[in-house]
Amino acid sequence: MDQVGAKLLEEIAGLHEIPEGAYNIRENGKSVGRSSTEEIEIIPKDNGKGIDIHIKPGTKNKSVHIPVIISQSGLKEVVYNDFYIGEDCDVTIVAGCGIHNGGKDSSQHDGIHSFFVGKNAHIKYVEKHYGSGDGNGERIMNPETIINLGEGSFMEMDTVQIKGVDSTIRKTSAVLEKDAKLVVMERLMTHGKQKAESYFHVELNGDGSGANVVSRSVAKESSYQKFVSDLEGNAACSGHTECDAIIMDEAKISAVPQLEANHPDAALIHEAAIGKIAGEQIIKLMTLGLTEEEAEAKIVDGFLQ
Amino acid sequence: MLELKNISFSVSEKKEEIGILKNVNLTIEDGKFIVITGPNGGGKSTLAKVIAGIEKPTEGQILWNGEDITQWSVTDRAKAGISYAFQQPVRFKGITVFDLIQLATGNRITVEEACRYLAEVGLCAKDYVRREVNASLSGGELKRIEIATVMARATKLTVFDEPEAGIDLWSFQKLIGVFEKLHEVNNGSILIISHQERILNIADEIVMIADGQITARGRKEDILPDILEKTASCSCQYYKEPAGLE
Repeated sequence: MDQVGAKLLEEIAGLHEIPEGAYNIRENGKSVGRSSTEEIEIIPKDNGKGIDIHIKPGTKNKSVHIPVIISQSGLKEVVYNDFYIGEDCDVTIVAGCGIHNGGKDSSQHDGIHSFFVGKNAHIKYVEKHYGSGDGNGERIMNPETIINLGEGSFMEMDTVQIKGVDSTIRKTSAVLEKDAKLVVMERLMTHGKQKAESYFHVELNGDGSGANVVSRSVAKESSYQKFVSDLEGNAACSGHTECDAIIMDEAKISAVPQLEANHPDAALIHEAAIGKIAGEQIIKLMTLGLTEEEAEAKIVDGFLQ
Repeated sequence: MLELKNISFSVSEKKEEIGILKNVNLTIEDGKFIVITGPNGGGKSTLAKVIAGIEKPTEGQILWNGEDITQWSVTDRAKAGISYAFQQPVRFKGITVFDLIQLATGNRITVEEACRYLAEVGLCAKDYVRREVNASLSGGELKRIEIATVMARATKLTVFDEPEAGIDLWSFQKLIGVFEKLHEVNNGSILIISHQERILNIADEIVMIADGQITARGRKEDILPDILEKTASCSCQYYKEPAGLE
């Protein structure tokens, strides 16, 4: 792997070297490294367009890394990764995509991830998107996450897209059975002429199920963001969705929270707030010796942390 | 030494100029502990903001150690050694108490150092240092964190705008300790806007501001009895003493 690839890998997965445990590294449309363990098996799909990840029931404190990097300008791919997570597991899955585009053609990665989470399993899913390169070609990522949470299971999904992705349409859908819980934290920053749209649809089908979908975003310059979060309560469940956005310069943001209660004991809440950085926040940091620009950067960094 | 020379500040409202500060002259010598008091709406907070650079005077001059800083930004004044504690502290989503204290010191600090400042204002440090300075903190907690940030700066002049507001009795004593420490450590000057008799009591000098002007100034022994007498009587034209109390 060259320096560009290594930098992308570090940005999206925090990896400086080959990770321990199970992993699959995809570079420019091909797997360049794969390792299974006794508990976690990674099997490539026959058509070469993705992998199946099987995690044995009862696997505890293990992690799987499946980063994707693209440095070849003009490459477009759709990849299907399916995760089968056994009962009573406790695992962390680190995905993510980095595109370096130094050419004039658009590069695009559409990762479609399906999760089948067994009874009482506990998973943390981390996904980071990053783009770099000074070419005119766009860096496009359209991730789709399809989540099936079994009885009593828990999934924490943490997604970050801070820099360099020109266009994103993110779709996340989830179906929750009895006592299953889903916590989503999405952090997003757009600048220049970037566009990012994010759609969540969560079906709370089991009694005692719960979801918390939170988005924090900053839109700078003339970028555009759209956040749609739709919670459907079909049982005695609880759901909360929140979009909190800072708008700057000429940017535009649209936040569309939607709630649908189909059961008398469904308790659903939505909150959405869009606004500029409060002037008094900048002044407070200036009284500590920061310049106006430093204060603004610090506030944005903190907000997205 | 801070010198305010003929400071005026006015705002336009419905095409009318309203004078908030009118020709204020005030000198704060090094190492002095001065309390500004006076009725609400008299211009005290505006004066504090003018000193910190948050508001620019419409007329007059501000000198800091002999240098004209009237047009300096908030940042430049902060760097030159002027600190300002907000009357209503600001909340930040995502910025922790530790971040704020570290920014205030201007250096990279350890968690232990940050905790020392929190302990000074009566907060159990380990419960607070990693918390975000957001809406989950009460007004009193925020106020103490605000005071910890100006302590961490340890500058030559610290301006506090009603530091006692929202502070409970127990931490009030700590607050007095904070002022004394700031005063002692680097012979710093302290300017406090306050209505609290116990703060007025420890001042070197009391300045009374009403209707945008300094109406009295002097040692506490001379000024305090007069203030207490004035505040004891109500001058509201609609208020009538209940029968039997006259």
